[in-house]
Amino acid sequence: MTEGSNESLYQEIILDHYRNPHHKGLRDPFDIEVHHVNPTCGDEVTVRVKVVDGQVQDVSYDGQGCSISQASTSVMTDLVIGRKIDDAMEKAEAFLTLMQSRGTLEPDEDVLEDGIAFAGVSRYPARVKCALLGWMAWKDATAQAVAHTAEEAS
Amino acid sequence: MTSTLPDLTATPYDVEGVRRDFAILSREVNGRPLVYLDNASSTHKPRQVLDAERAFLEQHYSNVHRGVHTLSQEATDGYEQARTTVASFIGARHDDVVFTKNVTEAINLVAYSMGNAPAGSQFHLGAGDEICVTEMEHHSNLVPWQLLAQRTGATLRWLPLTDEGRLDLTELDAVVNERTKILAFTHQSNLLGTINPVDVLVRRAHAVGALVLLDAAQSVPHFPVDVTALGVDFLAFTGHKLVGPTGVGVLWGRGELLAEMPPFMGGGSMIEVVEMASSTYAPPPERFEAGTPVISQAIGLAAACDYLSAVGLDKIAAHEAALTARLLDGLRRIDGVRVIGPDTTEMRGSAVSFVIDGVHPHDVGQTLDEVGVAVRVGHHCAAPVCRRYAVPATARASSYLYNTPSEIDALLEGIEHVKRFWGAA
Ligand SMILES: Cc1ncc(COP(=O)(O)O)c(C=O)c1O
Repeated sequence: MTEGSNESLYQEIILDHYRNPHHKGLRDPFDIEVHHVNPTCGDEVTVRVKVVDGQVQDVSYDGQGCSISQASTSVMTDLVIGRKIDDAMEKAEAFLTLMQSRGTLEPDEDVLEDGIAFAGVSRYPARVKCALLGWMAWKDATAQAVAHTAEEAS
Repeated sequence: MTSTLPDLTATPYDVEGVRRDFAILSREVNGRPLVYLDNASSTHKPRQVLDAERAFLEQHYSNVHRGVHTLSQEATDGYEQARTTVASFIGARHDDVVFTKNVTEAINLVAYSMGNAPAGSQFHLGAGDEICVTEMEHHSNLVPWQLLAQRTGATLRWLPLTDEGRLDLTELDAVVNERTKILAFTHQSNLLGTINPVDVLVRRAHAVGALVLLDAAQSVPHFPVDVTALGVDFLAFTGHKLVGPTGVGVLWGRGELLAEMPPFMGGGSMIEVVEMASSTYAPPPERFEAGTPVISQAIGLAAACDYLSAVGLDKIAAHEAALTARLLDGLRRIDGVRVIGPDTTEMRGSAVSFVIDGVHPHDVGQTLDEVGVAVRVGHHCAAPVCRRYAVPATARASSYLYNTPSEIDALLEGIEHVKRFWGAA
Protein backbone atom coordinates (compact mmCIF):
# COMPACT_ATOMS: atom_id res chain seq x y z
CA MET A 1 0.00 0.00 0.00
CA THR A 2 1.16 3.54 -0.65
CA GLU A 3 1.36 5.07 2.79
CA GLY A 4 0.89 8.57 1.42
CA SER A 5 -2.53 7.91 -0.08
CA ASN A 6 -3.89 6.42 3.11
CA GLU A 7 -2.40 9.17 5.21
CA SER A 8 -4.32 11.72 3.21
CA LEU A 9 -7.48 10.32 4.77
CA TYR A 10 -6.32 8.78 8.03
CA GLN A 11 -4.08 11.55 9.37
CA GLU A 12 -2.31 10.86 12.65
CA ILE A 13 -4.35 13.61 14.34
CA ILE A 14 -7.55 11.83 13.32
CA LEU A 15 -6.30 8.52 14.64
CA ASP A 16 -5.28 10.21 17.93
CA HIS A 17 -8.71 11.71 18.46
CA TYR A 18 -10.31 8.38 17.52
CA ARG A 19 -8.24 6.41 20.03
CA ASN A 20 -8.35 9.07 22.77
CA PRO A 21 -11.49 11.13 22.24
CA HIS A 22 -11.84 14.44 24.09
CA HIS A 23 -14.90 15.32 26.20
CA LYS A 24 -16.55 11.99 25.49
CA GLY A 25 -19.29 10.68 27.82
CA LEU A 26 -22.64 12.30 28.52
CA ARG A 27 -22.56 14.89 31.31
CA ASP A 28 -24.93 16.99 33.39
CA PRO A 29 -26.04 19.71 33.44
CA PHE A 30 -27.36 20.23 29.92
CA ASP A 31 -30.15 22.15 28.20
CA ILE A 32 -30.78 19.95 25.18
CA GLU A 33 -29.87 16.46 24.08
CA VAL A 34 -30.11 15.34 20.47
CA HIS A 35 -29.52 12.04 18.71
CA HIS A 36 -28.35 12.03 15.12
CA VAL A 37 -27.76 9.07 12.84
CA ASN A 38 -26.16 8.59 9.48
CA PRO A 39 -28.71 6.31 7.82
CA THR A 40 -26.34 5.03 5.17
CA CYS A 41 -23.84 3.50 7.58
CA GLY A 42 -25.57 3.36 10.94
CA ASP A 43 -23.20 5.77 12.71
CA GLU A 44 -24.89 7.52 15.59
CA VAL A 45 -24.14 10.21 18.10
CA THR A 46 -25.92 11.68 21.10
CA VAL A 47 -24.90 15.25 21.90
CA ARG A 48 -25.73 17.33 24.97
CA VAL A 49 -25.28 21.07 25.06
CA LYS A 50 -25.26 23.56 27.93
CA VAL A 51 -25.32 27.24 26.98
CA VAL A 52 -24.97 30.10 29.45
CA ASP A 53 -25.07 33.80 28.54
CA GLY A 54 -24.49 33.25 24.83
CA GLN A 55 -21.60 30.93 25.50
CA VAL A 56 -21.17 27.20 24.90
CA GLN A 57 -20.48 26.12 28.44
CA ASP A 58 -20.31 22.38 27.82
CA VAL A 59 -20.74 19.84 25.07
CA SER A 60 -20.72 16.16 25.91
CA TYR A 61 -21.44 13.23 23.68
CA ASP A 62 -21.58 9.53 23.21
CA GLY A 63 -21.77 7.57 20.04
CA GLN A 64 -20.61 4.78 17.89
CA GLY A 65 -19.21 4.99 14.46
CA CYS A 66 -16.18 5.02 12.26
CA SER A 67 -12.90 6.76 13.02
CA ILE A 68 -13.86 9.79 10.96
CA SER A 69 -17.17 10.45 12.71
CA GLN A 70 -15.80 9.84 16.18
CA ALA A 71 -12.61 11.85 15.72
CA SER A 72 -14.46 14.71 14.10
CA THR A 73 -16.88 14.91 17.02
CA SER A 74 -13.97 14.97 19.44
CA VAL A 75 -12.30 17.81 17.51
CA MET A 76 -15.60 19.65 17.42
CA THR A 77 -15.88 19.67 21.21
CA ASP A 78 -12.36 21.14 21.48
CA LEU A 79 -13.31 23.89 19.08
CA VAL A 80 -16.67 24.96 20.52
CA ILE A 81 -16.54 24.47 24.29
CA GLY A 82 -16.02 27.74 26.12
CA ARG A 83 -16.61 29.83 23.04
CA LYS A 84 -19.26 32.44 22.26
CA ILE A 85 -22.05 30.72 20.35
CA ASP A 86 -21.52 33.01 17.34
CA ASP A 87 -17.80 32.18 17.19
CA ALA A 88 -18.52 28.49 17.55
CA MET A 89 -21.10 28.64 14.76
CA GLU A 90 -18.50 30.32 12.57
CA LYS A 91 -16.16 27.41 13.18
CA ALA A 92 -18.92 25.02 12.25
CA GLU A 93 -19.40 26.96 9.01
CA ALA A 94 -15.67 26.86 8.30
CA PHE A 95 -15.61 23.11 8.86
CA LEU A 96 -18.64 22.60 6.64
CA THR A 97 -17.02 24.67 3.88
CA LEU A 98 -13.86 22.61 4.17
CA MET A 99 -15.85 19.39 3.93
CA GLN A 100 -17.63 20.57 0.80
CA SER A 101 -14.39 21.62 -0.88
CA ARG A 102 -13.55 18.31 -2.58
CA GLY A 103 -9.93 18.79 -1.58
CA THR A 104 -9.57 22.23 -3.15
CA LEU A 105 -9.34 24.30 0.02
CA GLU A 106 -6.30 25.06 2.16
CA PRO A 107 -7.75 25.03 5.67
CA ASP A 108 -6.93 27.78 8.16
CA GLU A 109 -5.26 26.24 11.19
CA ASP A 110 -5.98 29.34 13.29
CA VAL A 111 -9.70 28.71 12.81
CA LEU A 112 -9.98 24.96 12.71
CA GLU A 113 -6.94 23.80 14.74
CA ASP A 114 -6.95 19.96 14.69
CA GLY A 115 -9.90 20.17 12.30
CA ILE A 116 -7.50 20.84 9.43
CA ALA A 117 -6.59 17.14 9.54
CA PHE A 118 -9.96 16.45 7.91
CA ALA A 119 -9.09 18.34 4.71
CA GLY A 120 -8.35 15.01 3.01
CA VAL A 121 -11.76 13.64 3.95
CA SER A 122 -13.38 16.15 1.62
CA ARG A 123 -11.94 14.15 -1.28
CA TYR A 124 -13.96 11.11 -0.21
CA PRO A 125 -17.61 12.11 -0.71
CA ALA A 126 -18.80 8.90 0.93
CA ARG A 127 -17.06 9.93 4.16
CA VAL A 128 -18.02 13.61 4.34
CA LYS A 129 -21.27 12.73 6.10
CA CYS A 130 -19.25 10.84 8.71
CA ALA A 131 -17.12 13.92 9.38
CA LEU A 132 -20.18 16.15 9.69
CA LEU A 133 -22.29 13.92 11.95
CA GLY A 134 -21.17 15.35 15.30
CA TRP A 135 -21.04 18.92 14.01
CA MET A 136 -24.60 18.76 12.70
CA ALA A 137 -25.84 17.28 15.96
CA TRP A 138 -24.09 20.05 17.89
CA LYS A 139 -25.55 22.78 15.67
CA ASP A 140 -29.02 21.30 16.06
CA ALA A 141 -28.71 20.99 19.84
CA THR A 142 -27.27 24.49 20.20
CA ALA A 143 -29.99 26.09 18.11
CA GLN A 144 -32.58 24.34 20.24
CA ALA A 145 -30.80 25.33 23.44
CA VAL A 146 -30.74 28.98 22.37
CA ALA A 147 -34.46 28.88 21.59
CA HIS A 148 -35.11 27.08 24.83
CA THR A 149 -33.21 29.59 27.01
CA ALA A 150 -34.86 32.49 25.18
CA GLU A 151 -38.24 30.97 25.99
CA GLU A 152 -37.34 30.54 29.65
CA ALA A 153 -36.15 34.11 29.89
CA SER A 154 -39.36 35.51 28.43
CA MET B 1 -25.98 -10.05 -30.66
CA THR B 2 -23.47 -12.04 -32.62
CA SER B 3 -20.83 -12.16 -29.87
CA THR B 4 -19.68 -15.62 -29.09
CA LEU B 5 -20.44 -17.07 -25.72
CA PRO B 6 -17.65 -18.58 -23.65
CA ASP B 7 -16.96 -22.21 -24.38
CA LEU B 8 -16.68 -23.82 -21.02
CA THR B 9 -17.40 -27.37 -21.99
CA ALA B 10 -13.70 -28.20 -22.30
CA THR B 11 -12.67 -27.39 -18.75
CA PRO B 12 -14.56 -27.75 -15.50
CA TYR B 13 -14.59 -24.03 -14.94
CA ASP B 14 -12.51 -21.58 -16.93
CA VAL B 15 -12.58 -18.56 -14.66
CA GLU B 16 -9.84 -16.83 -16.65
CA GLY B 17 -11.92 -17.21 -19.80
CA VAL B 18 -14.89 -15.65 -18.01
CA ARG B 19 -12.73 -12.80 -16.72
CA ARG B 20 -11.62 -11.89 -20.22
CA ASP B 21 -15.23 -10.99 -21.03
CA PHE B 22 -15.30 -8.36 -18.26
CA ALA B 23 -13.01 -5.50 -19.27
CA ILE B 24 -13.33 -3.69 -15.95
CA LEU B 25 -11.74 -6.57 -14.07
CA SER B 26 -8.35 -5.70 -15.51
CA ARG B 27 -8.28 -2.17 -14.14
CA GLU B 28 -6.32 -1.03 -11.13
CA VAL B 29 -7.53 0.71 -8.00
CA ASN B 30 -5.05 2.65 -5.90
CA GLY B 31 -2.17 1.09 -7.77
CA ARG B 32 -3.35 -2.46 -7.13
CA PRO B 33 -5.29 -4.87 -9.34
CA LEU B 34 -8.99 -4.44 -8.64
CA VAL B 35 -10.40 -7.21 -6.46
CA TYR B 36 -14.15 -6.76 -6.89
CA LEU B 37 -16.04 -8.49 -4.11
CA ASP B 38 -19.16 -6.34 -4.03
CA ASN B 39 -21.29 -8.51 -6.28
CA ALA B 40 -24.23 -8.77 -3.89
CA SER B 41 -24.64 -5.05 -4.44
CA SER B 42 -24.16 -5.05 -8.19
CA THR B 43 -22.24 -7.01 -10.79
CA HIS B 44 -20.16 -6.13 -13.81
CA LYS B 45 -21.32 -6.67 -17.36
CA PRO B 46 -19.57 -8.86 -19.92
CA ARG B 47 -18.96 -7.53 -23.41
CA GLN B 48 -21.67 -9.90 -24.72
CA VAL B 49 -24.27 -7.92 -22.77
CA LEU B 50 -22.86 -4.56 -23.85
CA ASP B 51 -22.63 -5.74 -27.46
CA ALA B 52 -26.21 -7.01 -27.48
CA GLU B 53 -27.57 -3.72 -26.18
CA ARG B 54 -25.46 -1.73 -28.57
CA ALA B 55 -26.33 -3.89 -31.60
CA PHE B 56 -30.02 -3.57 -30.79
CA LEU B 57 -29.79 0.20 -30.42
CA GLU B 58 -27.73 0.58 -33.58
CA GLN B 59 -29.83 -1.69 -35.78
CA HIS B 60 -33.34 -2.29 -34.46
CA TYR B 61 -34.30 0.32 -31.91
CA SER B 62 -37.63 2.08 -31.84
CA ASN B 63 -40.54 2.20 -29.41
CA VAL B 64 -42.34 -1.11 -28.95
CA HIS B 65 -45.98 -2.15 -29.36
CA ARG B 66 -46.80 1.15 -31.04
CA GLY B 67 -46.34 1.12 -34.77
CA VAL B 68 -46.37 -0.63 -38.07
CA HIS B 69 -43.05 0.52 -39.40
CA THR B 70 -40.20 -1.93 -39.74
CA LEU B 71 -38.11 -0.78 -36.81
CA SER B 72 -41.14 -0.75 -34.53
CA GLN B 73 -41.81 -4.36 -35.48
CA GLU B 74 -38.17 -5.39 -35.06
CA ALA B 75 -37.90 -3.65 -31.71
CA THR B 76 -41.12 -5.29 -30.54
CA ASP B 77 -39.86 -8.69 -31.67
CA GLY B 78 -36.55 -8.12 -29.90
CA TYR B 79 -38.28 -7.01 -26.73
CA GLU B 80 -40.69 -9.94 -26.71
CA GLN B 81 -37.89 -12.36 -27.57
CA ALA B 82 -36.02 -10.98 -24.56
CA ARG B 83 -39.07 -11.76 -22.46
CA THR B 84 -39.07 -15.34 -23.74
CA THR B 85 -35.37 -15.73 -22.95
CA VAL B 86 -35.75 -14.35 -19.45
CA ALA B 87 -38.84 -16.48 -18.87
CA SER B 88 -37.12 -19.69 -19.88
CA PHE B 89 -34.13 -18.73 -17.70
CA ILE B 90 -36.41 -19.23 -14.68
CA GLY B 91 -38.58 -21.98 -16.16
CA ALA B 92 -41.53 -19.66 -16.77
CA ARG B 93 -44.02 -18.91 -19.54
CA HIS B 94 -43.50 -15.83 -21.69
CA ASP B 95 -46.74 -14.12 -20.65
CA ASP B 96 -46.05 -14.49 -16.96
CA VAL B 97 -42.94 -12.30 -16.99
CA VAL B 98 -43.32 -8.57 -16.37
CA PHE B 99 -40.41 -6.21 -16.92
CA THR B 100 -39.97 -3.60 -14.20
CA LYS B 101 -37.30 -1.10 -13.28
CA ASN B 102 -35.73 -3.36 -10.64
CA VAL B 103 -36.74 -5.88 -8.01
CA THR B 104 -37.86 -3.06 -5.73
CA GLU B 105 -40.44 -1.98 -8.28
CA ALA B 106 -41.49 -5.59 -8.88
CA ILE B 107 -42.27 -6.04 -5.18
CA ASN B 108 -44.03 -2.67 -4.99
CA LEU B 109 -46.06 -3.68 -8.03
CA VAL B 110 -47.56 -6.61 -6.13
CA ALA B 111 -48.00 -4.61 -2.94
CA TYR B 112 -49.77 -1.73 -4.70
CA SER B 113 -51.88 -4.04 -6.85
CA MET B 114 -53.05 -5.77 -3.69
CA GLY B 115 -53.82 -2.40 -2.19
CA ASN B 116 -55.95 -1.60 -5.25
CA ALA B 117 -57.93 -4.83 -5.09
CA PRO B 118 -61.63 -4.47 -4.28
CA ALA B 119 -63.29 -6.28 -1.37
CA GLY B 120 -64.05 -9.84 -2.32
CA SER B 121 -60.93 -10.20 -4.45
CA GLN B 122 -58.37 -12.72 -3.26
CA PHE B 123 -55.83 -9.88 -3.27
CA HIS B 124 -57.88 -7.63 -1.01
CA LEU B 125 -56.57 -6.83 2.45
CA GLY B 126 -58.17 -5.12 5.38
CA ALA B 127 -58.17 -4.92 9.16
CA GLY B 128 -57.77 -8.40 10.60
CA ASP B 129 -55.69 -9.63 7.68
CA GLU B 130 -51.97 -10.20 8.04
CA ILE B 131 -48.89 -9.74 5.88
CA CYS B 132 -45.88 -11.82 6.82
CA VAL B 133 -42.21 -11.15 6.11
CA THR B 134 -38.99 -12.18 7.84
CA GLU B 135 -36.49 -10.32 9.96
CA MET B 136 -33.80 -10.80 7.28
CA GLU B 137 -35.46 -8.87 4.46
CA HIS B 138 -33.83 -6.21 2.36
CA HIS B 139 -35.66 -2.91 2.91
CA SER B 140 -37.10 -3.46 -0.59
CA ASN B 141 -39.06 -6.44 0.68
CA LEU B 142 -40.01 -4.86 3.98
CA VAL B 143 -40.98 -1.22 3.49
CA PRO B 144 -43.51 -1.89 0.66
CA TRP B 145 -45.34 -4.27 3.03
CA GLN B 146 -45.21 -1.79 5.89
CA LEU B 147 -46.81 0.74 3.54
CA LEU B 148 -49.43 -1.76 2.40
CA ALA B 149 -50.28 -2.57 6.01
CA GLN B 150 -50.64 1.15 6.77
CA ARG B 151 -52.87 1.72 3.74
CA THR B 152 -55.16 -1.23 4.36
CA GLY B 153 -55.20 -1.63 8.13
CA ALA B 154 -53.68 -5.10 7.83
CA THR B 155 -51.10 -6.24 10.39
CA LEU B 156 -47.45 -6.84 9.51
CA ARG B 157 -45.83 -9.85 11.15
CA TRP B 158 -42.43 -11.44 10.72
CA LEU B 159 -40.48 -14.61 11.30
CA PRO B 160 -37.50 -13.99 13.61
CA LEU B 161 -33.89 -15.15 13.22
CA THR B 162 -31.75 -17.59 15.16
CA ASP B 163 -28.35 -16.72 16.56
CA GLU B 164 -26.82 -18.72 13.68
CA GLY B 165 -28.35 -16.44 11.10
CA ARG B 166 -31.18 -18.71 9.99
CA LEU B 167 -34.93 -18.26 10.03
CA ASP B 168 -36.37 -19.34 13.35
CA LEU B 169 -39.33 -21.47 12.29
CA THR B 170 -40.41 -22.69 15.72
CA GLU B 171 -43.42 -20.34 15.64
CA LEU B 172 -44.05 -20.73 11.91
CA ASP B 173 -47.56 -22.11 12.36
CA ALA B 174 -48.54 -19.23 14.63
CA VAL B 175 -46.97 -16.48 12.56
CA VAL B 176 -48.24 -17.78 9.22
CA ASN B 177 -51.89 -18.51 9.93
CA GLU B 178 -55.40 -18.33 8.48
CA ARG B 179 -55.28 -14.53 8.58
CA THR B 180 -52.10 -14.37 6.49
CA LYS B 181 -52.78 -13.02 3.01
CA ILE B 182 -49.25 -13.00 1.71
CA LEU B 183 -45.87 -14.29 2.87
CA ALA B 184 -42.98 -12.37 1.31
CA PHE B 185 -39.44 -13.50 1.97
CA THR B 186 -36.00 -13.56 0.49
CA HIS B 187 -34.58 -16.65 -1.17
CA GLN B 188 -31.08 -15.69 -0.07
CA SER B 189 -30.25 -12.98 2.44
CA ASN B 190 -28.10 -10.24 0.99
CA LEU B 191 -26.48 -9.60 4.38
CA LEU B 192 -26.25 -13.02 6.02
CA GLY B 193 -25.88 -15.15 2.90
CA THR B 194 -28.49 -17.55 4.29
CA ILE B 195 -30.53 -19.54 1.77
CA ASN B 196 -34.04 -20.07 3.09
CA PRO B 197 -36.03 -23.32 2.96
CA VAL B 198 -38.56 -22.25 0.35
CA ASP B 199 -40.39 -25.60 0.41
CA VAL B 200 -41.17 -25.44 4.13
CA LEU B 201 -42.46 -21.88 3.91
CA VAL B 202 -44.49 -22.47 0.75
CA ARG B 203 -46.11 -25.55 2.25
CA ARG B 204 -47.23 -23.65 5.34
CA ALA B 205 -48.37 -20.58 3.43
CA HIS B 206 -50.39 -22.55 0.93
CA ALA B 207 -51.90 -24.69 3.67
CA VAL B 208 -53.48 -21.53 5.09
CA GLY B 209 -54.33 -20.05 1.69
CA ALA B 210 -51.68 -17.31 1.71
CA LEU B 211 -49.87 -16.12 -1.39
CA VAL B 212 -46.07 -16.41 -1.50
CA LEU B 213 -43.73 -13.81 -2.97
CA LEU B 214 -40.07 -14.72 -3.22
CA ASP B 215 -37.41 -12.01 -3.40
CA ALA B 216 -34.96 -13.82 -5.66
CA ALA B 217 -32.58 -10.89 -6.17
CA GLN B 218 -29.76 -12.88 -4.59
CA SER B 219 -30.66 -16.33 -5.87
CA VAL B 220 -31.49 -16.13 -9.58
CA PRO B 221 -27.99 -14.77 -10.37
CA HIS B 222 -26.22 -17.50 -8.43
CA PHE B 223 -27.87 -20.89 -8.89
CA PRO B 224 -30.51 -22.51 -11.09
CA VAL B 225 -33.98 -21.30 -10.14
CA ASP B 226 -37.16 -22.83 -11.54
CA VAL B 227 -40.37 -21.08 -10.60
CA THR B 228 -42.50 -24.20 -11.02
CA ALA B 229 -40.24 -26.34 -8.86
CA LEU B 230 -40.22 -23.68 -6.14
CA GLY B 231 -44.01 -23.55 -6.02
CA VAL B 232 -44.14 -19.86 -5.17
CA ASP B 233 -46.79 -17.47 -6.52
CA PHE B 234 -44.61 -14.47 -7.32
CA LEU B 235 -40.88 -14.20 -7.82
CA ALA B 236 -38.88 -11.03 -8.35
CA PHE B 237 -35.30 -10.26 -9.29
CA THR B 238 -33.14 -7.49 -10.62
CA GLY B 239 -30.99 -7.37 -13.77
CA HIS B 240 -27.92 -5.56 -12.52
CA LYS B 241 -27.05 -8.28 -10.01
CA LEU B 242 -26.89 -10.90 -12.77
CA VAL B 243 -24.35 -9.35 -15.11
CA GLY B 244 -27.18 -7.42 -16.78
CA PRO B 245 -27.90 -3.71 -17.10
CA THR B 246 -29.29 -1.42 -14.45
CA GLY B 247 -32.85 -0.21 -14.95
CA VAL B 248 -34.46 -3.57 -15.53
CA GLY B 249 -36.01 -6.05 -13.13
CA VAL B 250 -38.48 -8.88 -13.40
CA LEU B 251 -41.71 -9.85 -11.73
CA TRP B 252 -42.86 -13.35 -12.45
CA GLY B 253 -46.34 -14.33 -11.33
CA ARG B 254 -48.54 -17.36 -11.79
CA GLY B 255 -50.58 -16.73 -14.92
CA GLU B 256 -53.94 -17.15 -13.26
CA LEU B 257 -52.98 -14.74 -10.49
CA LEU B 258 -51.62 -12.05 -12.80
CA ALA B 259 -54.83 -12.34 -14.82
CA GLU B 260 -56.89 -11.47 -11.73
CA MET B 261 -54.59 -8.81 -10.32
CA PRO B 262 -55.58 -5.15 -10.70
CA PRO B 263 -53.06 -2.76 -12.26
CA PHE B 264 -50.47 -0.89 -10.25
CA MET B 265 -49.65 2.05 -12.53
CA GLY B 266 -51.90 3.44 -15.20
CA GLY B 267 -50.81 4.80 -18.55
CA GLY B 268 -50.08 3.88 -22.12
CA SER B 269 -49.70 0.24 -23.20
CA MET B 270 -51.55 -1.21 -20.22
CA ILE B 271 -55.06 -0.50 -21.53
CA GLU B 272 -57.73 -2.07 -23.71
CA VAL B 273 -60.54 0.43 -24.12
CA VAL B 274 -60.13 3.93 -22.77
CA GLU B 275 -63.17 6.15 -22.21
CA MET B 276 -63.06 9.56 -20.58
CA ALA B 277 -64.43 8.24 -17.30
CA SER B 278 -62.86 4.80 -17.11
CA SER B 279 -60.84 2.14 -18.92
CA THR B 280 -60.40 -1.55 -19.24
CA TYR B 281 -57.00 -3.11 -19.00
CA ALA B 282 -54.80 -5.25 -21.18
CA PRO B 283 -54.05 -8.81 -20.11
CA PRO B 284 -50.71 -9.49 -18.40
CA PRO B 285 -47.88 -8.82 -18.89
CA GLU B 286 -48.84 -5.52 -20.64
CA ARG B 287 -51.29 -4.64 -17.86
CA PHE B 288 -48.30 -4.18 -15.56
CA GLU B 289 -46.02 -2.34 -17.97
CA ALA B 290 -47.53 1.13 -18.15
CA GLY B 291 -45.66 3.57 -20.37
CA THR B 292 -42.70 2.93 -22.65
CA PRO B 293 -40.97 -0.06 -21.06
CA VAL B 294 -37.27 -0.65 -20.44
CA ILE B 295 -36.52 -1.76 -23.97
CA SER B 296 -32.79 -1.96 -24.55
CA GLN B 297 -32.21 -2.94 -20.93
CA ALA B 298 -34.51 -5.93 -21.45
CA ILE B 299 -32.40 -6.90 -24.46
CA GLY B 300 -29.30 -6.62 -22.28
CA LEU B 301 -30.92 -8.68 -19.55
CA ALA B 302 -31.74 -11.45 -22.00
CA ALA B 303 -28.11 -11.42 -23.16
CA ALA B 304 -27.05 -11.69 -19.51
CA CYS B 305 -29.32 -14.72 -19.04
CA ASP B 306 -27.83 -16.29 -22.17
CA TYR B 307 -24.35 -15.58 -20.89
CA LEU B 308 -25.00 -17.20 -17.51
CA SER B 309 -26.72 -20.17 -19.17
CA ALA B 310 -23.72 -20.69 -21.43
CA VAL B 311 -21.36 -20.66 -18.46
CA GLY B 312 -23.80 -22.86 -16.56
CA LEU B 313 -25.60 -21.86 -13.38
CA ASP B 314 -24.66 -25.10 -11.65
CA LYS B 315 -21.00 -24.51 -12.48
CA ILE B 316 -21.26 -20.95 -11.20
CA ALA B 317 -22.85 -22.21 -7.99
CA ALA B 318 -20.09 -24.78 -7.47
CA HIS B 319 -17.40 -22.20 -8.20
CA GLU B 320 -18.92 -19.76 -5.73
CA ALA B 321 -19.30 -22.44 -3.07
CA ALA B 322 -15.57 -23.18 -3.32
CA LEU B 323 -14.73 -19.49 -2.99
CA THR B 324 -17.11 -19.11 -0.06
CA ALA B 325 -15.58 -22.11 1.71
CA ARG B 326 -12.11 -20.63 1.21
CA LEU B 327 -13.24 -17.29 2.59
CA LEU B 328 -15.07 -18.72 5.61
CA ASP B 329 -12.08 -20.92 6.37
CA GLY B 330 -9.67 -17.99 6.09
CA LEU B 331 -11.83 -15.73 8.27
CA ARG B 332 -12.01 -18.44 10.93
CA ARG B 333 -8.21 -18.36 11.16
CA ILE B 334 -7.99 -14.62 11.78
CA ASP B 335 -8.33 -13.57 15.42
CA GLY B 336 -10.85 -10.88 16.15
CA VAL B 337 -12.96 -11.50 13.04
CA ARG B 338 -16.57 -12.58 13.41
CA VAL B 339 -18.85 -13.73 10.61
CA ILE B 340 -22.43 -12.46 10.85
CA GLY B 341 -24.43 -15.30 9.31
CA PRO B 342 -23.96 -19.05 8.81
CA ASP B 343 -20.30 -19.99 8.99
CA THR B 344 -20.53 -23.09 6.80
CA THR B 345 -21.38 -23.31 3.10
CA GLU B 346 -24.48 -25.36 3.85
CA MET B 347 -27.63 -23.56 2.64
CA ARG B 348 -25.71 -20.32 2.21
CA GLY B 349 -24.56 -18.25 -0.71
CA SER B 350 -21.50 -16.16 -1.39
CA ALA B 351 -22.42 -13.01 0.53
CA VAL B 352 -20.28 -13.10 3.68
CA SER B 353 -20.68 -10.35 6.27
CA PHE B 354 -18.03 -9.92 8.92
CA VAL B 355 -16.89 -7.54 11.61
CA ILE B 356 -13.38 -6.95 12.93
CA ASP B 357 -13.10 -6.26 16.66
CA GLY B 358 -12.24 -2.66 17.35
CA VAL B 359 -12.42 -1.47 13.73
CA HIS B 360 -15.56 0.14 12.40
CA PRO B 361 -16.79 -1.44 9.13
CA HIS B 362 -16.45 1.91 7.37
CA ASP B 363 -12.77 2.00 8.23
CA VAL B 364 -12.44 -1.65 7.22
CA GLY B 365 -13.90 -0.88 3.79
CA GLN B 366 -11.80 2.24 3.28
CA THR B 367 -8.58 0.52 4.30
CA LEU B 368 -9.33 -2.46 2.05
CA ASP B 369 -9.96 -0.03 -0.82
CA GLU B 370 -6.43 1.26 -0.32
CA VAL B 371 -5.19 -2.17 -1.36
CA GLY B 372 -7.64 -2.46 -4.26
CA VAL B 373 -10.21 -4.69 -2.55
CA ALA B 374 -13.83 -3.57 -3.04
CA VAL B 375 -16.28 -4.76 -0.37
CA ARG B 376 -19.50 -3.16 0.77
CA VAL B 377 -19.83 -1.68 4.23
CA GLY B 378 -22.90 -0.46 6.04
CA HIS B 379 -26.24 -2.03 6.91
CA HIS B 380 -26.76 -3.30 3.35
CA CYS B 381 -30.35 -2.05 3.30
CA ALA B 382 -31.18 -4.58 6.00
CA ALA B 383 -30.92 -2.48 9.15
CA PRO B 384 -33.08 -4.81 11.29
CA VAL B 385 -30.58 -7.62 10.66
CA CYS B 386 -27.75 -5.48 12.03
CA ARG B 387 -29.89 -4.66 15.04
CA ARG B 388 -30.67 -8.35 15.56
CA TYR B 389 -26.98 -9.20 15.75
CA ALA B 390 -26.09 -6.04 17.71
CA VAL B 391 -23.68 -4.62 15.15
CA PRO B 392 -23.97 -1.08 13.77
CA ALA B 393 -22.92 -2.27 10.32
CA THR B 394 -20.83 -4.98 8.70
CA ALA B 395 -18.28 -5.37 5.94
CA ARG B 396 -19.51 -7.76 3.29
CA ALA B 397 -17.55 -9.65 0.67
CA SER B 398 -19.57 -11.34 -2.06
CA SER B 399 -18.00 -13.33 -4.86
CA TYR B 400 -19.40 -14.22 -8.25
CA LEU B 401 -18.58 -16.16 -11.38
CA TYR B 402 -15.49 -14.10 -12.21
CA ASN B 403 -13.76 -14.12 -8.83
CA THR B 404 -10.73 -16.28 -8.15
CA PRO B 405 -9.23 -18.04 -5.13
CA SER B 406 -6.31 -15.61 -5.22
CA GLU B 407 -8.77 -12.72 -4.89
CA ILE B 408 -10.16 -14.34 -1.75
CA ASP B 409 -6.58 -14.57 -0.50
CA ALA B 410 -6.06 -10.90 -1.35
CA LEU B 411 -9.08 -10.05 0.80
CA LEU B 412 -7.78 -12.17 3.67
CA GLU B 413 -4.37 -10.48 3.43
CA GLY B 414 -6.18 -7.16 3.25
CA ILE B 415 -7.98 -7.96 6.50
CA GLU B 416 -4.62 -8.67 8.18
CA HIS B 417 -3.45 -5.31 6.86
CA VAL B 418 -6.56 -3.62 8.28
CA LYS B 419 -5.84 -5.14 11.68
CA ARG B 420 -2.23 -3.96 11.59
CA PHE B 421 -3.17 -0.46 10.47
CA TRP B 422 -5.81 -0.05 13.14
CA GLY B 423 -3.77 -1.83 15.78
CA ALA B 424 -6.55 -4.28 16.53
CA ALA B 425 -6.23 -7.65 18.25
C1 LIG C 1 -32.39 -9.46 -1.43
C2 LIG C 1 -32.49 -8.16 -2.14
N1 LIG C 1 -33.70 -7.63 -2.40
C3 LIG C 1 -33.83 -6.46 -3.04
C4 LIG C 1 -32.75 -5.74 -3.48
C5 LIG C 1 -32.98 -4.44 -4.19
O1 LIG C 1 -32.52 -4.47 -5.51
P1 LIG C 1 -32.81 -3.22 -6.46
O2 LIG C 1 -32.16 -2.06 -5.79
O3 LIG C 1 -32.16 -3.58 -7.75
O4 LIG C 1 -34.28 -3.06 -6.57
C6 LIG C 1 -31.48 -6.26 -3.23
C7 LIG C 1 -30.26 -5.54 -3.63
O5 LIG C 1 -29.96 -4.42 -3.33
C8 LIG C 1 -31.35 -7.47 -2.54
O6 LIG C 1 -30.15 -7.98 -2.27
